[in-house]
Amino acid sequence: MYFKERAHAKLHDAQLQASLARFQGKFVPARKTAITELDDFEGTRDAAAEIRQRALDDLDVWLTIFDENARARGATVLYAQTPAEINALVLEIAQRHGVRKIIKSKSMVSEESGLDHAIEAAGMTVVETDLGEYILQINNYEPPSHIIGPALHKSREEVSALFEARHGTPRKDAIDELCLEARGVLRTHYLTADMGISGGNFFVAETGSVVLVTNEGNATLTTTLPKVHVAISGIEKVVPTLEDVATLMRLLPRSATGQSISNYVDILTGVKDRGEFHGVEHMYFIVVDSGRSAVLGSDVRQALRCIRCGACMNHCPVYQNVGGHAYGWVYPGPIGIVLTPMYVGLDNALDLPYASTMCNQCGVVCPVKIPLPDLQRKLREKEFERDLRSWHERVGLKAWGWLARRPALYGVATRVGVRMLRTLGDRNGMIRRLPFGSGWTDERDMPAPAGRTFREQYKARKAASHPDALAVSVQGKPSASEAREGSRKETLG
Amino acid sequence: MRVGFFVTCLVDLMRPSIGFAALSLLEAGGADVYVPPKQTCCGQPCYNSGDRADTIALAKKVVHEFEDCDYLVAPSGSCSGMIRTHYGELFADDPAWSGRVAKLASKTYELTDFLVNVLKLERVPGDYRGTITYHDSCAGLREMGVKTQPRALLAKMNGVRVCEMADAEVCCGFGGTFAVKLGEISARIADNKCQHIVTSGADAVVLGDLGCMLNIEGRLRRRGDATKVLHIAEVLAGEP
Repeated sequence: MYFKERAHAKLHDAQLQASLARFQGKFVPARKTAITELDDFEGTRDAAAEIRQRALDDLDVWLTIFDENARARGATVLYAQTPAEINALVLEIAQRHGVRKIIKSKSMVSEESGLDHAIEAAGMTVVETDLGEYILQINNYEPPSHIIGPALHKSREEVSALFEARHGTPRKDAIDELCLEARGVLRTHYLTADMGISGGNFFVAETGSVVLVTNEGNATLTTTLPKVHVAISGIEKVVPTLEDVATLMRLLPRSATGQSISNYVDILTGVKDRGEFHGVEHMYFIVVDSGRSAVLGSDVRQALRCIRCGACMNHCPVYQNVGGHAYGWVYPGPIGIVLTPMYVGLDNALDLPYASTMCNQCGVVCPVKIPLPDLQRKLREKEFERDLRSWHERVGLKAWGWLARRPALYGVATRVGVRMLRTLGDRNGMIRRLPFGSGWTDERDMPAPAGRTFREQYKARKAASHPDALAVSVQGKPSASEAREGSRKETLG
Repeated sequence: MRVGFFVTCLVDLMRPSIGFAALSLLEAGGADVYVPPKQTCCGQPCYNSGDRADTIALAKKVVHEFEDCDYLVAPSGSCSGMIRTHYGELFADDPAWSGRVAKLASKTYELTDFLVNVLKLERVPGDYRGTITYHDSCAGLREMGVKTQPRALLAKMNGVRVCEMADAEVCCGFGGTFAVKLGEISARIADNKCQHIVTSGADAVVLGDLGCMLNIEGRLRRRGDATKVLHIAEVLAGEP
């Protein structure tokens, strides 16, 4: 099923529509208020975009520095080329440490590889500890619909019913009661897990650290209570310095949830030293390529600046109406329709680059200034070049381009065209059904054209007032200078 | 001051009255208006559908037709935005054209922006009576910086009362071919817009881009709503 069909289903899902309406009143206004706290929000955006771009421009260098510094602090740095390699590395680590139970804080990269399924298939237990991810996990691994609020699409009632069924406890309806129940369940797992897996908002080159930005405290517990911590994130998440992280952190929570700062920011560096109380005994980084170096070498490379705040989807009129599941893969919304085709192959995501009105609200709110509509258009160009669009779309487009380059023929064709269209209008001048345009008229009228084009009316007016001036526009094919001369005459005449 | 008027293909074909209203406004502001007779389309439909070759051909045609003018003015934020903010990228690797394109881009204006900031129009010729709500079309707002200009002009009209709708800056769902390719989503977004228009209590929604007008009007009528949908030029010129 493709985007259009999935979106159709989502538009008619009343429960989802109610959740989306509720969600829309939250992050967008919260961000709007939060960004006013910064003296120079736009200047900070410029700085953040520059930091991210600088890291990407010399990514190999920063990754090498990160690697050296992380190893110097006792961590092991591993690299995964493919999603399958992520899973294989995790299972290998688990085996090495005799792990039976794994707890996880949020990691979108692990969604790319279906890590939880691989862990279960290997006979181990895995428990998601981010509340949203936990809800989805106990609902038969429902996919997340938003990168920072994975269960935004679910109503409180659904969660109540789910907890009652899965936990076997009396039904609770208040949100804080539900949270307490989840907390109780999760606490037991924290204390009995052998290994914790986290994502990584940033890898810091100068210190070899991973930065985790969360609100529930689950990442802190996940990465410090078990003896083994595995942090998984993409190669593009490396930033040069902690100072850079500080700048990015001024924007990340504000752009995401409208918070000045998230409830928790963990900066985890190396393993527990002798005599230290806090920290893990074994720390692993899995640094993931999985299509990212291909993006880096493409003309949509700016997409790798993304710091996963979700502002683009929060503000996208398409996302706001269809939700994240319509996009069909891990990353929804404006950033998703660029990344998904790059990661899963353009041929497998043909309609995603078109899932945008190009309104550019996403580009305006992006804290690292990714020109999202431009990148979407780049993918549309690739589809066009590779003849991946339907024949009638290509023919229609080519015909328009061809006609618009031939003004005389264009004049004739449009005169005929608008007269024909005119006849389709009802007595209020509305076309109720357009042949070959049902996409428009299924749920909208099309106002019928006036019946005579501007060009013909203007020419007639000019001819009536200045008969001489007409000469230029009826000549066969005047040279450029003649045309200009002639048209000057028309203006001056 | 020689002002090249770019009608835009949509206005040319669907609603020429907008073009004539714009002409009369430019003339009221003292501009010497020139209408290149062979003009067609700025190339945006091709551009946003990935057809770069045709876009470049049409862009060259526009440059050729308008580069001798002091200004290019269009009654559309979307088409003027195409010329001002996107043409440059098309010719980045073509030194023979990039200079000419950049020059045209720098003198390309959206109509209300031009009336306010270049012509400094003092008196608005039209006489419109009624309550208006203004929709900020995306390209006008985010590419051309059109926000205060139409409102400043409307403020000069005694009979006009502006009551802002909620989410005036949110897209109406048109998006060019998006409206047909993903018509159902497009219509839903348009419906949200219509709801805000109706809630505003205005008897007309006014905006600066015909594409968005067709979308909004089409959805309003299908909802059975008779709220007028007018181009800002029609209101200002008094020719709706």
